[in-house]
Amino acid sequence: MSDAPAPAIELVAISKSFGPVQANKDVSLSVAAGSIHGIVGENGAGKSTLMSILYGFYEADSGEIRVGGKPVSIRSSADAIAAGIGMVHQHFMLVEPLSVVENVVLGAEGGARLKAGISQARTELARLAQDYGLVIDPDAIVGELSVGLQQRVEILKALYRGAEILILDEPTAVLTPPEADQLFALLRALKAQGKTVILITHKLREIMDATDTVSVMRRGEMIAHVRTAETSPAALAEAMVGRRVLLRVEKAPRQRGRPVLEVAGLSVRDERGVERLSEASLTLHEGEIVGIAGVAGNGQSELLEVLAGLMQPSRGVIRLGGAILNAGDRTPSRLRRLGLMHIPEDRQRMGLVTAFPAAENTILGYHRDPSFGRGPLLSPSRIVAHALAGIEAYDVRPADPTLKTAKFSGGNQQKLVLAREIERAPKVLLVGQPTRGVDIGAIEFIHRRLIALRDAGVAILLVSVELDEVMALSDRILAMCGGRITGERQAETADEKDIGLLMAGVGEAA
Amino acid sequence: MEWVQTIAVILDSAIRLSVPLLCAAMAGLWSERAGVVDIGLEGKMLIAAFASAVVAFSTGSAWAGLGAGILASVLLALVHGFAAITWRGNQIVSGVAINMLAAGLTVILGNAWYGQGGRTPPLEGAARFPDLTLPLAATLRDVPVLGRLYEEAISGHAAPAYLAFLAVLVTAYVLKHTRFGLRLRAVGENPAAVDTAGISVAWLRYGAVIICGALCGLGGTYLAVSQSAGFLPHMIAGKGFIALAAVIFANWRPWPVLGACLLFGVFDAVAIRLQGVIVPGLGQVPVQAIQALPYVLTVILLAGFIGKAVPPRASGLPYVKER
Ligand SMILES: Nc1ncnc2c1ncn2[C@@H]1O[C@H](COP(=O)(O)OP(=O)(O)OP(=O)(O)O)[C@@H](O)[C@H]1O
Ligand SMILES: [Mg+2]
Repeated sequence: MSDAPAPAIELVAISKSFGPVQANKDVSLSVAAGSIHGIVGENGAGKSTLMSILYGFYEADSGEIRVGGKPVSIRSSADAIAAGIGMVHQHFMLVEPLSVVENVVLGAEGGARLKAGISQARTELARLAQDYGLVIDPDAIVGELSVGLQQRVEILKALYRGAEILILDEPTAVLTPPEADQLFALLRALKAQGKTVILITHKLREIMDATDTVSVMRRGEMIAHVRTAETSPAALAEAMVGRRVLLRVEKAPRQRGRPVLEVAGLSVRDERGVERLSEASLTLHEGEIVGIAGVAGNGQSELLEVLAGLMQPSRGVIRLGGAILNAGDRTPSRLRRLGLMHIPEDRQRMGLVTAFPAAENTILGYHRDPSFGRGPLLSPSRIVAHALAGIEAYDVRPADPTLKTAKFSGGNQQKLVLAREIERAPKVLLVGQPTRGVDIGAIEFIHRRLIALRDAGVAILLVSVELDEVMALSDRILAMCGGRITGERQAETADEKDIGLLMAGVGEAA
Repeated sequence: MEWVQTIAVILDSAIRLSVPLLCAAMAGLWSERAGVVDIGLEGKMLIAAFASAVVAFSTGSAWAGLGAGILASVLLALVHGFAAITWRGNQIVSGVAINMLAAGLTVILGNAWYGQGGRTPPLEGAARFPDLTLPLAATLRDVPVLGRLYEEAISGHAAPAYLAFLAVLVTAYVLKHTRFGLRLRAVGENPAAVDTAGISVAWLRYGAVIICGALCGLGGTYLAVSQSAGFLPHMIAGKGFIALAAVIFANWRPWPVLGACLLFGVFDAVAIRLQGVIVPGLGQVPVQAIQALPYVLTVILLAGFIGKAVPPRASGLPYVKER
């Protein structure tokens, strides 16, 4: 006992409630110094809350925190930073109009005047770029960077403050696969330097690949600590959800019907006039799922947005149920009435008004539906009743339709959007990143829902950066690269490598 | 050289008229860059004008008046801060309340103390700020154009006017080059980022609100103790709101705010000069139309015809910890 090194972090009996919701119940956790420790758990299990307590963003109602064996009082993020803790939050904490270097020095400016601190930060950033390959332009405006680079800024912020313990909350939810690989290489490099990493993720493969030990949370409680080498994805999944989870999608052969959505030669330009989607043509039949495979930013988002009526095409024809959609039809509300529903890729920016209570979000866009009101007035009781039905069907937690949407965990927010759109009996469903930030139990559930819709004859267009998900759900797969559709494969015969090549724009002729 | 003289005189009066705007606009800029919307600039200037006139009258010292004006305005600013930051209340409601409070309080107290319909007794001598002559003004006055403008328009204002211009310089420097400025810009955009960087959001915002109060105090004092010789009921007459327009017009940046205030000052000066003038073909000049120009320009700007006004993202929103 005496010569065993003290754990980097020890949490003892932490409890935290938000009003009636107990987010953490008597949670204890010990993380060895110089290790990568994973935390898994369902949406709303309390993972982010626990880490936010460790980082001083929230204060625990009770419990103790020890860093390097010594009890510390962490009452604000300043205390956490002083104790050597850094955190990359699930939703980034960046000041978008400021430059990279200004974001990095914020809170650690080293003097009342900025000049010295900024130039010191530049040197330090150059060193970090060299040591860890974290290359970034210090003068770039953060809001103009890609999500992957923004995350890099968050990591640099923590390293600049000399963090010995780095917490990452679902860092790969927003990354492309190559970016995720880079991130894990970085985490291993940090570990080699003796730093401690705590990693929250829903992707069990990442847990198996990267971590040394893993803890499982369920409904606010810590229910298991295991060495990664001694567990398996299936065992972790079962521990998380409390029942066996199918990690594979089961589906019957498709019953392909008539074509419902036909797109020919569709092109889209962004505000700057750059062509983001070029000459895309595709046909969607009743009762099939067509998956779009592609590295993020290759025109998939634009394809979804133009089909949903959120962007206008510069060229091309869209037919819905055989009829050409003219400009007047290509508005979201009109399209919805025609039976085309859309689950947007970014739930916080486009899918929800996070300042509204959950109930209001479950009728967003359908608020003119007479069943939600009396005459010109909305009826709160009917809206709440409607929301409750959706919350129950999708197992949203907590099951409180009057709670402000921002207070739900990320995965539960996603379920609210899904419930709203799927329950509207669409003819065509456009789905963007349906399981981003969603736990495996819910993924299983969402996948089954989508398959059931397909079996009921709905035509589904699925965009996801998770190639596994595209491969598992789709009947046909289209690969996109640089705004063009580079190839089509039948799902049964598709091969991951082949699609990877199409996604990279290689073998387009094939 | 008749026209040089005319321009110099208009410029001189434009500067005089823009000083209160400038103080209020800088005040608004500080507050809004930190994320606290303040439509109570008007009320704070009013209370400062009153307090400064009362103290200047009773002590006979204009500087004591300035101190009192700033103190009164800062106290009112703290009330707004308490409502907006600590209690996370609605910032517009709090601002409106402060305007109403100041409008009522000054008239009632003025009447009770002096019985002159809300006015304070006229200030004389050391109870007013004298006009300062800048160095070399007399020597340079014979240099064509520039020397003349220097002597006539730049020189010859009271100390608070120069302080107001100094405030622009200091604001621009502090925002851009200091730790406090960086944090302030950050907190108006994303307070959660500031919080997780280990900085207190509340203290930063209180700091900004106090600076806002001090600058409103300067502006109100200038009106009562320098431009006029005492307090008149409702003497701010909407300047606090024109200042807000100037801040929007200038996109929340200090030097453009100076430009906007001077421009609005020129409109005012021209309007005063054209009062009653008959222009051939046009008839009497519609002075009100010129006075409305600041508002008209701001509306045109907001409608997106000249550039784009992008307010600090978190302005008006109380900070609550959540995702
Ligand atoms: N600020 C808050 N106010 C009220 N309730 C909250 C707040 N933050 C979190 N909660 C609740 O606490 C519980 C735990 O949330 P937390 O964000 O820690 O979950 P999580 O495990 O990180 O989930 P996810 O995987 O979806 O991110 C949830 O039920 C959530 O709704
Ligand atoms: Mg979370």
